[in-house]
Amino acid sequence: MIKRSFIGLLKPRLEYGSVADTPSLKQIPTPKEITLFSNCPFDKKNLLLKKKATVKTGQKLLLYKESDEYVVSSVTGQVSSISSYTGDLGRSYTAIAIEVADDEEIDDEFKSAAGGSKDASLETIINFFAFTPGNPPVKLLSDKNKSINTIVVCCADSDLLITTNQYIVKSDIDAIKNGINILKAATKVNDIIMVASQSQMHELSATGEKVNQINNTYPSALPHLIMKDILGKVVPAGKNPEDIGVCFISAEAVASIGNAFNSGQLPVTKTFTLVNKDDSKSLVSARIGTPASDIFKAFNITLNENDRIIFGGPMTGSSVYSEDHPVQIDTDAIVVQDRNDIPVISDYPCTNCGDCIRVCPANIQINLLVRFLEIGQYEEAADQYDLYSCIECGLCSYVCVSGMPIFQYIRSAKYELDRANTAEATNNG
Amino acid sequence: MVDNNRFIVSHAPFWHDGSRISTRNYNIAFAAFPAILLGIIYYGMPAVGVISLSISSAIIWEFIFCRVTKRSLTIGDGNAAIIGMILGMLLPATAPWWLVIIGTFVAVIIGKQVYGGIGANPFNPVVVAMAILMISWKDIFDFNEALISYDLDFAMVYPLAALKYFGVSAVDSFSMGDLLMGKQSGGIGSTFGLGLIAGGIYLIIRGIIRWEIALSFLAGIFITALIFNMADSAQYAGPVVHLFAGYTLIGAFFLATEDSSSPVNFIPMLIYGAGTGFLAVLIRNIGVYVDGVIFAILIMNLVNPLLDKIKPKAIGKVA
Repeated sequence: MIKRSFIGLLKPRLEYGSVADTPSLKQIPTPKEITLFSNCPFDKKNLLLKKKATVKTGQKLLLYKESDEYVVSSVTGQVSSISSYTGDLGRSYTAIAIEVADDEEIDDEFKSAAGGSKDASLETIINFFAFTPGNPPVKLLSDKNKSINTIVVCCADSDLLITTNQYIVKSDIDAIKNGINILKAATKVNDIIMVASQSQMHELSATGEKVNQINNTYPSALPHLIMKDILGKVVPAGKNPEDIGVCFISAEAVASIGNAFNSGQLPVTKTFTLVNKDDSKSLVSARIGTPASDIFKAFNITLNENDRIIFGGPMTGSSVYSEDHPVQIDTDAIVVQDRNDIPVISDYPCTNCGDCIRVCPANIQINLLVRFLEIGQYEEAADQYDLYSCIECGLCSYVCVSGMPIFQYIRSAKYELDRANTAEATNNG
Repeated sequence: MVDNNRFIVSHAPFWHDGSRISTRNYNIAFAAFPAILLGIIYYGMPAVGVISLSISSAIIWEFIFCRVTKRSLTIGDGNAAIIGMILGMLLPATAPWWLVIIGTFVAVIIGKQVYGGIGANPFNPVVVAMAILMISWKDIFDFNEALISYDLDFAMVYPLAALKYFGVSAVDSFSMGDLLMGKQSGGIGSTFGLGLIAGGIYLIIRGIIRWEIALSFLAGIFITALIFNMADSAQYAGPVVHLFAGYTLIGAFFLATEDSSSPVNFIPMLIYGAGTGFLAVLIRNIGVYVDGVIFAILIMNLVNPLLDKIKPKAIGKVA
């Protein structure tokens, strides 16, 4: 954890992790059981996938009747349970557990559909890549309302400590190259912009694409700031880059696409950065759905009462309840925090010290905003104090002298407003 | 596998830079120490008495208030101690015990706690207390009278009072070096200019006070005093006296910069600081009070919420 420097006058300098000091990739053996999370809420009545169904590695599994939602099995075996899982802010998922069989069989539906990278069509990408490592934004590419005209390939990692994308760039530049060509041909979007940190510029120049360099300090690799600093387009408050025609895709997702068309197999392993209690980093590759406990076992990490497991980076990730929480397609890091390193969150009021104002990349009047959020006046917060301008970097909570959970206030405010708006729309409709 | 461990599940971010309110307040106490030390060297045990009583009574008032209102105890954050300490620094060494206790009562209870405690006070608690004490018992704050029994190796004259009643010639004898070394009459911890400046610079570097406020306040004092001086140098003293006498320096680094009652945006901070400096000199030169810093800060505290409306545009904001 980076602490405040003695010279507190300066802004905190949070540098992104770099791959140079990371050892090679460690493969985790296939576990006994995996769990896949689909973003689709659990709906027992319309379930298409049945318990005890046998599945093959790389097989596309459609979940519900009259729905395009699918997952891709990362192992060969038998579906042991399909249930509901509730994540952060009440988000509902369908959890599919698959018991792994002894012999692995590779599904060939994709191979016959793809038929060589030259014929890669947008349809194939939409049909097979919604559940591949790196979480390619296929929904955005297929959304007729969005009219994507620019694709930004992000080769840097967006949160601290993570080196996953950087590793992919180092180890698999050809797949990225191939993936970009496929994306170009399939989406007909010619404006493909790569963004990378300084240390990656050399490697990426080999791709022949235009590469833009981003700053090495957090939060410059967050989409909203890339939009502002590199593309020179400011995303209107409350909107996402895709609303103004820009789609972000991670280097890993591009490599997934490139590799799959090369080999005729959908990738089923996820690469991620494991950060141990002593801040040592390892790069790990595991089947999607592998429980975190298997990974901890492989690295001899023992967890104690009141430690913390974070899926994602230290600034924007989310902590989980169970050691068995599975690796997902968008799990770029697993961070383990010792209970003694967990900062205290307090209910102390804002003292108006102004540290958050100085650090906020979005120029939000946080000292006033948080006073409204604390007492639940979300509409005032949105109308007068720029709630929707927040780009969710978490720096305000990081520097807060009072230890207030400001970022969480902001997120729950957005969530509550969203819920109220949805309810209103349903009532009116 | 049976999951025996229970983990801490909370929300992002999972890092914190480790800053705390108590650390900030201890640093303020550390920064104020040189100024207090010189006051104690000059004025001896009575100064120790005033400072100690002020700190302890402020903490006790906060303790009593928390207990009476059944709120969690907040004396550990050091804020009450800092209020007491700064109030003590402003008082003359001869301040009677009841004055100190009334002062801390006003500061902690009326200045801070009735508004909801730390962070909610619209005025700097110490400044509220000082304003009330100065108006109610103004003889005690006649430093020349109050400190008459002291015979130190410098002229026991309160420069601003001399200036007010005897004109510019009366402060000619004060050199800048004398003023910086505290060779002037005044509050216990408010005369040692060099110590206050050192403390202020320390706080600025540590990022505990906002440099914009401190510097614009001093600039406001300097420029306003200079204009007066240029208009009529026989009647109005030059900027140096105004900068290093009275409560100017303690005001710049310890009073005007109080978090809750001052603005946080860049331009508002400059207006707030410069406005306070301007008003302070205005009160000194043409008002009835000898020193205007306290009232100037009080007035600018009042304007603070309005000033903070001048804010930079948030990104992505339409119109």
